[in-house]
Amino acid sequence: MQLNRYRWVTKCLPVAAISALFIFLFLPAPAYAMHIAEGILPFYPAAAWYALSAVFVGIGIYMIKRKTKENRAVMPLLGITGAAVFLISCLPIPVPIAGTCSHPCGTPMAAILVGPFISTVLAALALLIQALFLAHGGFTTWGANIFSMGVMGSFVGFGSFVLFRRLHAPIFIAAFAAGLFGDWATYVTTAFELASGLGTDGSLWTMFATILIAFAPTQIPLGILEGLFTGGVVSLIYQQRPELLDFRLATAGIVKKMVKGGNA
Amino acid sequence: MNNIAGKLSVGLLIIIVLVALSYWTVTMFSRADVNAEGKWAGVDETVIEKYAAAAGREPLEPLINTDQGDLLLFVFALSGAAGGFVAGYCWRMLIHEKKRIIGPSS
Repeated sequence: MQLNRYRWVTKCLPVAAISALFIFLFLPAPAYAMHIAEGILPFYPAAAWYALSAVFVGIGIYMIKRKTKENRAVMPLLGITGAAVFLISCLPIPVPIAGTCSHPCGTPMAAILVGPFISTVLAALALLIQALFLAHGGFTTWGANIFSMGVMGSFVGFGSFVLFRRLHAPIFIAAFAAGLFGDWATYVTTAFELASGLGTDGSLWTMFATILIAFAPTQIPLGILEGLFTGGVVSLIYQQRPELLDFRLATAGIVKKMVKGGNA
Repeated sequence: MNNIAGKLSVGLLIIIVLVALSYWTVTMFSRADVNAEGKWAGVDETVIEKYAAAAGREPLEPLINTDQGDLLLFVFALSGAAGGFVAGYCWRMLIHEKKRIIGPSS
């Protein structure tokens, strides 16, 4: 037993050390990101986004409870996905030519692995830690940030993955589409949140289009990068542990069970 | 039929990416102010805070302000290392510890 424990530590340490080194190398400076900062949104729009996000987070928490109660072995999957969402969503990536930085979301990938509701909860936790300790996002805008990155990133990403798999696209292509559309959906939603919340004299849609165009130079290439990353990670997991991506388990199976009143 | 649908979906995706990249190229050449905001500034500054300021909304001080000197760098490095450790640890459990199967068979 003792020997096994030491063997576990010996095997685990190199992986952890390489992961930590990777993070140290790629996070040499404070992150420049896109979460809506503290105090940007007025009270009522901020409260509305809180209420809307709370529904998705509530369902997600319920699903996590049911899943972990059914099978404790799901915990590592939640752990790695949560850590990945946290790291990816505060990783500033410089976009050449545009001269600006932004970050991918990680939620499309998370939604493929654990489902869109649970992915929303993981995004909410990541955003909370970032708002608390990293001066990244804020408490007043937490709901809006959850909705754009957590809900839209997860659901659009997951929906794209479902659609492309139904069309018999290869796993890499389906995951690429998930990353691409999930990332872009996040920024489209952020633009809408800002346009609707800031309430300038001009038309809502004019403001929305203006902000969307301003995001484009950074977010178009970043969405493609997120697509490539999501495709790579999901393909790798599919090769190593295809049962983790059992599509029926993640969608149809669970939905049917829920309808029948069974476990999610 | 399945192959045709698969190929069509791949083709559609390629077209979307190409159109997006073309639009991006046009945007880059028509927006000279993008670089003027400061090299490698985040889109929170160049887009979100810019439009918020124009609408009379300035960002507030964070509740716990770690953006002081090297403190933010320390917190980022620490959280990155912790997140990296958790990710590496769980990855090993999922991929290499075959006994702990997650899936429909368990």
